[in-house]
Amino acid sequence: MGCGTSSLRNKQPEKVVKAALVIQNWYRGYRARLMARQHYALAIFQSIEYADEQSQMQLSNFFSFMLEHYKHARKEDLVLVNRLRETNLQDLKDRQSYVELVEVPKSYDGPRLQFPLTFTDIDVLLEAFRQQQVLHAHYVLEVLFETKKILRKMPNFTHVTTSPSKEITICGDLHGSLEDLLLIFYKNGLPSENNSYIFNGDFVDRGRNSIETLMVLFVSFLVYPSDLHLNRGNHEDFMMNLRYGFTQEVLYKYKLHGKQILKVLEEVYTWLPIGTIIDDEILIIHGGISESTDLNLLHRLERNKMKTVLMPPMSVNRDQAVDLKKDKAGKIMASGKATSSNSLSEQLSKHEWEQIIDLLWSDPRGKDGCYPNTSRGGGCYFGPDVTAKFLNKYHLKTIIRSHECKPDGYDICHDGKVITVFSASDYYEEGSNRGAYIRLAHDMAPRFFQYRATSASCLSPLYQRVEVMEYSAIRILKERIIARKTDLIRAFQLRDHSRSGKISVAQWAFSMENILELNLPWRTLSPHLVNIDSDGNVDYMSIFQDVHIVKSLETVKSAVIETLYRYRSDLKIIFNIIDSDHSGMISIEEFRAMWKLFSSHYNVCIDNTQLDELAHTMDLNRDGSIDFNEFLKTFYIVHKYDKLKTPHNKFAKFK
Amino acid sequence: MVAEFHKKIKEAFEVFDHELNNTVDVREIGTIIRSLGCCPSEGELQDLIAEVEEEEPTGYIRFEKFLPVMTKVLLERRYRPVPEDVLLRAFEALDTAKRGFLTREELIKHMTEEGEPFSQEEMEEMLSAAIDPDSNSMNYKDYITMMVIDE
Repeated sequence: MGCGTSSLRNKQPEKVVKAALVIQNWYRGYRARLMARQHYALAIFQSIEYADEQSQMQLSNFFSFMLEHYKHARKEDLVLVNRLRETNLQDLKDRQSYVELVEVPKSYDGPRLQFPLTFTDIDVLLEAFRQQQVLHAHYVLEVLFETKKILRKMPNFTHVTTSPSKEITICGDLHGSLEDLLLIFYKNGLPSENNSYIFNGDFVDRGRNSIETLMVLFVSFLVYPSDLHLNRGNHEDFMMNLRYGFTQEVLYKYKLHGKQILKVLEEVYTWLPIGTIIDDEILIIHGGISESTDLNLLHRLERNKMKTVLMPPMSVNRDQAVDLKKDKAGKIMASGKATSSNSLSEQLSKHEWEQIIDLLWSDPRGKDGCYPNTSRGGGCYFGPDVTAKFLNKYHLKTIIRSHECKPDGYDICHDGKVITVFSASDYYEEGSNRGAYIRLAHDMAPRFFQYRATSASCLSPLYQRVEVMEYSAIRILKERIIARKTDLIRAFQLRDHSRSGKISVAQWAFSMENILELNLPWRTLSPHLVNIDSDGNVDYMSIFQDVHIVKSLETVKSAVIETLYRYRSDLKIIFNIIDSDHSGMISIEEFRAMWKLFSSHYNVCIDNTQLDELAHTMDLNRDGSIDFNEFLKTFYIVHKYDKLKTPHNKFAKFK
Repeated sequence: MVAEFHKKIKEAFEVFDHELNNTVDVREIGTIIRSLGCCPSEGELQDLIAEVEEEEPTGYIRFEKFLPVMTKVLLERRYRPVPEDVLLRAFEALDTAKRGFLTREELIKHMTEEGEPFSQEEMEEMLSAAIDPDSNSMNYKDYITMMVIDE
């Protein structure tokens, strides 16, 4: 056979070599197709995530639209508008009302912290969280108050120096993944005077342990305020938390005191610094820059006035200013200039506000120039020329940012000048991406460390990981699709002249992109979504066959249900604002008024009588009020072929 | 027909175009070509890359250069994947004792020493899916069946 073991230089018979070639060739093709499927799944996750962020920004425009037209608001609209303004003004009650009123019962067997905090408390907390214990609300509040006290004294940008013997570690988005934070501390050591860290924003939302992650970071910060640096991310924003799960997590884990915790947290967020500068050459910020980013202005502005991305500053004109002052003080003030007793001075200028949005929301791209970030709806896309000009202007060398999930946990672009670091591994789904952190020191090249927290997925074969991701992604995509069912059917039927129920793949792909605007590879995804016949034509109704929105109210038309399902996140936020006493109920009039405003701004057509019917049906005890949490819960989706063991989906738990 | 090919190629390309500037890293070209259903050998792949690269290689491939070359490949139905039975016979050729399986060591030896050898990553990935941990061997018939269903 010629396969003797004696000689190393033994040449294998041609047959064997050929066989090996066939197998290798086939395997490489197979593996490439798996990798491509993985990329497509990631593309789905990402485009849906960004579309959600865009909705958030749209809501922001809706609010500013209402605030700007305050003067011309109708009586019914005034309710909502006033509530919006009030939200801007609310004062934080002092410590007395919160911490001291919340007692820790003797029966509590969770972690207890000793103030002033020391490194022992960090250990205590980590150990407790590993055992899945919950930190008592009393300590949460105490930590939040202490954190705010220290953060207030810090400038907008923390300046840090390094040396060959004193490296610093930079971590990106964690999004409530305590596992990843624990893994980083395990691999890279706990924070200390000799082990500095920068956490570059987005500590919360989406993951299951946002509050625990936040507590570990804040406690570590309190113990080592000069060595652990926290930058604000776009998710350190109470409005984002409402949409992306952190609010739910807090209210679920802290049923008694959750609301207080959230209230205090709102203000703590505003005191987080917006960036760090290392050795006067490296800028660390969460998102990116724009062509108009003005570092000097950003150093000077009062960052704590940036409450939320959803409340842009009201534009002030003299008439409005006078009206308001007359309203508040009951008498006319001397000039049109805002005074400290007036809400308007508690705002940033529109320009300042936009500067911060750019910093927290922008993404780098390969194309030169600076143009609006249409995926996310806020901030911009900035090109290599913008980076070069900016770094030159401020005598900087590099920008390190986060904000975008990268398959390898980090990414370098713009000719090495922009580095992205993302620390939440398997962010979208098991197997989706690695997490990373960076260690660097002055005059040394940065070193990148990658990891995956879910050890299980390291052992499972690639095809399994891809299957899991793909399943999750298609599932989420189908939920978006069903929410536009009526519009999609109309688009398909427009092209189906013969009423055969079939259209070409090209027509189908065009319709899908037209209606959903997700910029996805529809042709490649088509086999997962629809039935295609031997002629290559698409049976377009087949896309709806295994998913539907539960129609809990038989009399209400599908189109109404779809629309409400689609905007449920926005509605949740609006309801929360209207419900100023946090009772969970709003009146039918409020519901109607809010809906009218909303539908006119969003150009949504729903028969008013249908909506009234819906509202009345929701008024279960006929007292004129709606429990909106119950209301929103009625819109959920059923997947017909849900496997019994659904893959772990990070989005599912707290949405 | 050609228009549909163009759209398919564009979709496959765009998914790897991270910076949204109509270029992809040259290291991803193999994956893109294979994801479109072709199975070129490593040698054939290098030839294709040479065709789509710039005169002065930049490490990036532009879509304008990739599209015509890839369209031709699809139209001419080049680099078609082998049918299942050919794959089975290939495994049988390696299984000289006709046992119906290959041991872990044998698989590693053949895949990393002959033909167009696997990288360590490729080898590890194949092992994780193919090798039964109890017997430390690969039943290639079952393996093929499993992989083909998946496609």
